[in-house]
Amino acid sequence: MTQEKLLGWKELPLGGAILEPGNSERRYTGDWRTFKPVILQDKCTRCLRCWIVCPEPAIYIIDEPYTTKSGRQFKFSVEVNYDYCKGCGMCVEECEPKAIDWIEEEK
Amino acid sequence: MESVLKVTWKRLPLSTNFAIAQAVKDSDVDVVSAYPITPQTTVVERISEFIANGELKAEMIHVESEHSAMSAAIGASAVGARTFTATAAQGLELMHELLHIASGLRLPIVMSVAARALSAPLSIWGDYSDVMNVRDTSWIIIIASTAQEAYDSVIQAYRIAEDPRVFLPVLVAYDGYAMSHTYEPVYVSEKSDAFKDYIPKNPRWYTLNPEKPITMGAMASPEWFYEFKYQQVVAMKNALDVVKEADDEYGKRYERKYGIIEEEGVEGSDITFVTYGGLYGTLKESIEELRKKGEQIGLARIRLFRPFPSEMLADIAEKAKALVVLDRAITFGVNISGPVAREIISSLYARGIERNVYSFIVGIGQRTVTEKDIIAIYEKVKEMLASHERQKESIYWGVRE
Repeated sequence: MTQEKLLGWKELPLGGAILEPGNSERRYTGDWRTFKPVILQDKCTRCLRCWIVCPEPAIYIIDEPYTTKSGRQFKFSVEVNYDYCKGCGMCVEECEPKAIDWIEEEK
Repeated sequence: MESVLKVTWKRLPLSTNFAIAQAVKDSDVDVVSAYPITPQTTVVERISEFIANGELKAEMIHVESEHSAMSAAIGASAVGARTFTATAAQGLELMHELLHIASGLRLPIVMSVAARALSAPLSIWGDYSDVMNVRDTSWIIIIASTAQEAYDSVIQAYRIAEDPRVFLPVLVAYDGYAMSHTYEPVYVSEKSDAFKDYIPKNPRWYTLNPEKPITMGAMASPEWFYEFKYQQVVAMKNALDVVKEADDEYGKRYERKYGIIEEEGVEGSDITFVTYGGLYGTLKESIEELRKKGEQIGLARIRLFRPFPSEMLADIAEKAKALVVLDRAITFGVNISGPVAREIISSLYARGIERNVYSFIVGIGQRTVTEKDIIAIYEKVKEMLASHERQKESIYWGVRE
């Protein structure tokens, strides 16, 4: 995870104003997590409910076909971007097939 | 000198509230949002009249509370509007969290406060408890002592607040009732555009504009927050010079100026009185009597409470044997409980100046302070000074046993 250069008070815009739009991707919120969601590719039905509810959004649709152990074929996979996932657990709560594990972060 | 822009003045009988309203008009304010509260209400009522009869082209936002009044003012200032609000007492307290936001976002809002005691028990009368609570919000605090000064100070306040070295909100305070409702002759400009070169409209602070989007009020995590607070520390430091410059320039252009501390007879005085607001008038009157008897008394009035003019106060203290500070507010639970007295003591400590500073609490909830009181306080201090008595705690003058 890359860290922003910590600017001094003279270099920072007054009052914490953020002068360029769209720079939230430079803010890595992944280190907020105490638990992390892990998508179980075999259980996941690709309904994308997690993608809808993720407030970050840190659920990524990956262009990688996947065949489950039971032989079901998907044209894409669903992954969590841990650079941004804050560990809020909304995806875990909302996942209908219970295809997201909720695992405590290790020290 | 190419000075004086040929301002024609008209002399009007105005209460300080009305003088403030007049200054808001003459500052060509764009947005006013306020909620009525005694003894401030007539400020905004008069502004409403100016807007209604077309003398001031501004948006008046009627809000449901002071919390909303300050919120609306923050919004207006954040899009670059010249913004004003007025309040007092509980209204100012209700605004309190927003005061930090206005200054933290570096918005040059100007607010007038008719200083009033804080409930409970309910008191609609004057003292400076409300204003002193603004101390730690990073607002610049000017305290006027006449209606004329209040008028001039509001106009100066925009020049101070909108200075890029500052970009902080300014509070202009004055005594509730004793000033807010007392009529005095006030010179106001005949024409409303008389100050447009003194306070040109040119928002240079960060503003919200869809053409060039920015984010204001975002979160700052522990590794960032401290630097933004330090920016405010520096802005406050800068403000001392900016306030002085704004006043000097005002004096040059309009031939009225006040300085940061109004003083007289402080050179070689035995005892110098220090106070603020309308009480200074009473003090001046009372001291005349004592001076006639040959007493060496200095007088100083602090016109700026934040940033605090520590160095200037230290200079004044150095010229006297002792200082008497009359405070119209109490900071509870500490031995020296006059807010200004405390600031002076720490200013002297920082400069290594050994002077007795006697802190008196007076005029709480508008308890009358008369010439007799001042003279009795003077006698008391003389006694304490003669016996080298160091004051261990503030004296609550006139409180009944």
